[in-house]
Amino acid sequence: MSNKQISGSEIVLEALVEQNVTDIFGYPGGAVLPIYDAIFNQNRIRHILVRQEGGAVHAAEGYARSTGKVGVVLVTSGPGATNAVTGLTDALMDSIPLVCFTGQVPTHLIGNDAFQEADTTGITRPCTKHNYLVKNVDDLARIVHEAFHVARSGRPGPVVIDLPKDVLMALGNYTQKSKVKIRSYGAQIKGDSEKIKLAVAALAKAKRPIIYAGGGVINSGRIASQLLTKFVKMTGSPCTLTLMGLGAFPASEKQFLGMLGMHGTYEANLAMHASDVLVCIGARFDDRVTGRLDAFAPDAFKIHIDIDPSSINKNVPVDISIVGDVRHVLEDMIKYWQSSRSKIAPKPLEAWWRQIDKWRAVECLKYEQGKSKIKPQYAVQRLYELTRKLKQDVYISTEVGQHQMWAAQYFGFDHPNRWLTSGGLGTMGYGLPAAMGVQIAHPKSLCIDIAGEASFLMNMQELSTIRQYRLPVKSFILNNFYMGMVRQWQELLHGGRYSESYMTSLPDFIKLAESFGMVGLRATKPEDVDEVIMEMIKTDNAVICDIHIDKSENCFPMIPSGAAHNEMLLGPEDEAEKPVSEEGMVLV
Amino acid sequence: MNTHIQPENSHIIAVLVDNEPGVLARVIGLFSGRGYNIESLTVAETDAVNGLSRITIVTTGTPMVVEQIKSQLRRLVPVHEVSDLTLEGDSVERELALVKVVGIGETRVESLRIADIFRANVVDSTNESFVFQIVGKSSKVDAFVKLMQPLGLNDVSRTGIAAIARGTGRMKKK
Repeated sequence: MSNKQISGSEIVLEALVEQNVTDIFGYPGGAVLPIYDAIFNQNRIRHILVRQEGGAVHAAEGYARSTGKVGVVLVTSGPGATNAVTGLTDALMDSIPLVCFTGQVPTHLIGNDAFQEADTTGITRPCTKHNYLVKNVDDLARIVHEAFHVARSGRPGPVVIDLPKDVLMALGNYTQKSKVKIRSYGAQIKGDSEKIKLAVAALAKAKRPIIYAGGGVINSGRIASQLLTKFVKMTGSPCTLTLMGLGAFPASEKQFLGMLGMHGTYEANLAMHASDVLVCIGARFDDRVTGRLDAFAPDAFKIHIDIDPSSINKNVPVDISIVGDVRHVLEDMIKYWQSSRSKIAPKPLEAWWRQIDKWRAVECLKYEQGKSKIKPQYAVQRLYELTRKLKQDVYISTEVGQHQMWAAQYFGFDHPNRWLTSGGLGTMGYGLPAAMGVQIAHPKSLCIDIAGEASFLMNMQELSTIRQYRLPVKSFILNNFYMGMVRQWQELLHGGRYSESYMTSLPDFIKLAESFGMVGLRATKPEDVDEVIMEMIKTDNAVICDIHIDKSENCFPMIPSGAAHNEMLLGPEDEAEKPVSEEGMVLV
Repeated sequence: MNTHIQPENSHIIAVLVDNEPGVLARVIGLFSGRGYNIESLTVAETDAVNGLSRITIVTTGTPMVVEQIKSQLRRLVPVHEVSDLTLEGDSVERELALVKVVGIGETRVESLRIADIFRANVVDSTNESFVFQIVGKSSKVDAFVKLMQPLGLNDVSRTGIAAIARGTGRMKKK
């Protein structure tokens, strides 16, 4: 291999094969034609042709999130690269490992405003973990291997490799993965053992402990979730999860309090607020989670475990910080908990659970399903209950908005990597291509995009991709004829002036499905819901379900922006009593 | 919020980086993107054999923000080491300025006299102008420039602060 010179395009493919890549998502164009030619001449890597580059990145995110592998994207220069930017930012915010190859004009034309030229490394610098412009074909293999290393190690993230066309066509030497020396970049894996001991001692002394875990546990791998479950059970502490962390601890366990944060459960948020020792594992004290910072868990001794030192003390100052991979830190914590025979005093812990049970008794997620209109909560709950009975694995992706929160609240996840949602960036249009990526990785599984009609329209061109590859992706659209979350905020903060948040001229989703050779189903009454879900599950083909839900339904409970955990709104009645503060209005 | 209660302090941060295209843009982009201050910034290659450059940044912020800045810098792939010279023991800091003063007669003589007191050197001269080179702490450069103001100060070019820890330690490649 080392003696024979091959083209830059072949080097890229060779490196991908060595990185165990089997599927890539992309869209061709002038600058990347040499790679597409190389793809044509091989069968080791399958290329999935999307319909817009944004779809390719989200599909790769879904693929990566559901498998734990690095997702790979291939797009052309200029508009190909700029279309990928949203997905790259999304992956950066949610720590999803991606390698995105972008075409570039030949090196001698860079800077000349050539056709389809864009300063891709300049544009993507702030929205990637790292990026490269390859100027010499002999650096290419090393850069690809390094990019995979950077994407997957430490806190994962997206990496862009910008490939000028002349570099792709030049002949050069391939460097094997084992021969590449990875330079400066590396992350701390093992946690400081002294700090781990201090953390265990602090938790053992707790009277009102809580464990708050997030997407970092999922990124750390399946074993990390098992260890988290073990640790929570050993300590007897309640556990809450962030939006990104759902599935890291089984939702069906009685120690699970549900999701926390802006639309989290009453019991999770009040337990956070009242806790005396808080252990944050692989989460980042995001503003959706903390609410008003000066009132966040005011009495808690805070312990933070994260692989990224920059996440520590960013929003919330903590008392003990442990930098390391969650899996390794949890392993050590469990060992030390056992060897030191640590135990949380049972009496205060029982009292704490009694208090939590009182909060649970409020039943913050209760809703009334009447006879006429379908409640969105009911639709998601039935989807959960009916799919749960299947022997099959179920993967749920979402778009962004009210439906996303209802999915997070009413669909329970017992395993990691089954829940795919755009948390940090909040990208509408994420769910459909993400589900497509999941389906590529898990052809036999049931992959459902729980969507809103507005988000669905943002990337519905991918229906064509879904059709092309005969992917049985299911779209479960909670259709309220509004940008629901925008409408909810306008109701809450802007006097019910629904400026530009209605959805008119929607397609007939059944005909839309049929036009792509799929199956369209509709539910307009509560009694239709089960039938539609069963029919959807049974259908081998892709399905679009158009579920007409109560248009005026809002997402509750809710911590309004600028409010604290103990200032939750439980429902519309609460809303009127506690108007949102002016400081809250300027927050998002 | 918590960060608002803490006092803001000035810190000199030295960053050892791979000397590669775009590395300065990464550092500057990080500061502008996250709303951190840059009061002064200098950069040049310091180790040609290993291809390393050293960036010296003067920034202000609360202790929490300065910690963030350092953690964020360490996250960048081409960064080898980040050192907070303000916190990590004693350091020496220097700045060089070229100061152009235009004038004739008594003001011209006076500018030369002050330059002598400040141990500034004349590096260019015409019948009606001087370019002084002054080296020292930024406060000294500030004072010199201020004194030149009424004497025909015409143009100033400053390097920004270069700083290094006292003693035997050094910044190392990862």
